Amino acid sequence: MMNPAVVIEVARLGKTFGPVTAIEDLSFTVHAGEIFGLLGPNGAGKSTTLRILITVLPPSAGTATVLGHDVVTEADTVRSLIGYVPQERAVDRFLTGREHLELLGGLYHLSRTETNARIAELLKLVNLEEHADRVVKTYSGGMKRKLDIACGLLPNPKIVFLDEPTLGLDVQSRLRIWDYIRRLRENGITIVMTTNYLEEADQLCDRLAIIDGGSIRVIGSPLELKTGLGGDSLALTIKEHEAEKLPRLRDGIRALPLVRDVRINPTGLDVLVEAPEKSLTAVIEVAQRLDCSLDGIEYHRPRLDDVFVAHTGHWLRGGTPEDAEE
Amino acid sequence: MMQMTFQHYRQEVLALTMRWVRRLSREKFSMLFTLVQPMLFWLIFFGSLFQHAANIQILQAPNYMSFLAGGVVVMTVLNNGLAGGVDLLFDKENGFLERMMSTPIHRSSVILSRYLFVMTITGMQILVILSIAFVFGVRLETGLPGIAVILAIGMLFGVGLTAISMGIAFSVKSHGDFFSLLGFLSLPMIFLSSALVPLSAMPGWMQVVAMVNPMTWVIDAVRPLIITGWEAAIPQVALAFVILAIFDAVCLYGGAKAFRRAIG
Ligand SMILES: Nc1ncnc2c1ncn2[C@@H]1O[C@H](COP(=O)(O)OP(=O)(O)OP(=O)(O)O)[C@@H](O)[C@H]1O
Ligand SMILES: [Mg+2]
Repeated sequence: MMNPAVVIEVARLGKTFGPVTAIEDLSFTVHAGEIFGLLGPNGAGKSTTLRILITVLPPSAGTATVLGHDVVTEADTVRSLIGYVPQERAVDRFLTGREHLELLGGLYHLSRTETNARIAELLKLVNLEEHADRVVKTYSGGMKRKLDIACGLLPNPKIVFLDEPTLGLDVQSRLRIWDYIRRLRENGITIVMTTNYLEEADQLCDRLAIIDGGSIRVIGSPLELKTGLGGDSLALTIKEHEAEKLPRLRDGIRALPLVRDVRINPTGLDVLVEAPEKSLTAVIEVAQRLDCSLDGIEYHRPRLDDVFVAHTGHWLRGGTPEDAEE
Repeated sequence: MMQMTFQHYRQEVLALTMRWVRRLSREKFSMLFTLVQPMLFWLIFFGSLFQHAANIQILQAPNYMSFLAGGVVVMTVLNNGLAGGVDLLFDKENGFLERMMSTPIHRSSVILSRYLFVMTITGMQILVILSIAFVFGVRLETGLPGIAVILAIGMLFGVGLTAISMGIAFSVKSHGDFFSLLGFLSLPMIFLSSALVPLSAMPGWMQVVAMVNPMTWVIDAVRPLIITGWEAAIPQVALAFVILAIFDAVCLYGGAKAFRRAIG
């Protein structure tokens, strides 16, 4: 198949809240059966985009269709085809896990037998069988998250929207949830998720859009994005007392022929090079000439961090390469 | 197709109403309070305390207790109605409402479920209030049919009040705002009405305010059902139905507008 089936099409989408522009001129497509990620820092507009797609927020500009149905004019059809896992733990403290799922069964118009079969299946999937009849007030954060996910899957949707599915979870729970998400994909479900974890975007998503300040900076598979940078990375660490030499070192390295880009980071320099085996010796030479004592050199394939910085001008966790220069 | 849609609607409303019932059964404290409304204490203490102070002539009732019973019934409707939106406010704040709105339900079923629940509780409380009044010697002049009419008036008044409450819940930024607005609304509605004293015993300006307060008209319809009898009650009840129809229409319009603005 040349062109994978498009299940979500977003065209020039915009949303403003009074004077605040949450997203602007967003366009992307999601293909059937993939895990599509929106990666961006806090306030980038990820949740806003998701809310528009799940029809609870009307867009201010542009259009979006889900499985061919417009999210504004055919909202009801869209709602019956999708599942949603919100960013907040949107649970009712006074209901048990099972009661949550029963409620949703009613809201999705499933029959009692259908609902019960789904509930049994989902409780097993997220390992909540033993806790199903406890009031949610007594659940841990991770258990609430699992219940959230089970709720999103109850209608047996074609597309699931997950807003920061692993936010605030410990490493084990995070891995487990990645595992569920992959299993969903194996069952032919398309997943649209947001995250502000680079590793998550890298390991889990088939394709991702980097979103910052309300607009998309770049879209592609993690591999495409990384190779798109066109080089490998050298991370130089410099001794702390020599930090003032960094700008000179940067300029010296930038002048080298095989170097594509140099940025200062808090511990030294990130150097993007074309042929690491040749440029490595050249870089060390420059450092020696400028009398900088290097603490270490690490060579790696470009990481998603590098992609993020290259396209947004700052790191995902805040700060810009320029900040570090001061 | 039509029938299918209706079945869906019924299923949604039922599932949502069930949620409110389950919640109430979990909150033991609030359940107790719902059953033994503070209003009852009012009825007992106020009723016997002011028994002698109140001038039976002005009240035109056998005793203050029987005068007060109608007011207490309507105040219960007022309190429950105005507080009816608060759970939706919490749902809005913690994202549960958004989750419900992402499902293929008719938007109104959330509202209807809330109304059904609040009004069922209110109806039960009215019955408890009237039974306690009975124990204290208040005999309904219009008997059992009178109770049915009182319940009907209460439900009708409750529609508008719940709509106001939900409208506020969907409009405010925080629940602090909600509760201050609620207090701001409910106290004058009680004191500037015929709930505690008859209009004739009020100063002129107060009478004017009380006249435009729907509370007054509702109470003036309920009270004769308790203390005078059908003949005096029927015109008052008819008038109350007309006024409530207008009141409900206005409140529902405003509530629906706030809801649509918040939900889209
Ligand atoms: N209801 C609202 N009213 C006003 N502004 C809003 C509203 N919702 C979102 N915003 C603003 O829109 C922008 C994008 O918010 P959004 O919640 O989409 O970000 P996000 O990428 O999901 O961030 P996070 O990672 O923190 O969840 C922010 O500046 C936010 O303040
Ligand atoms: Mg968000």
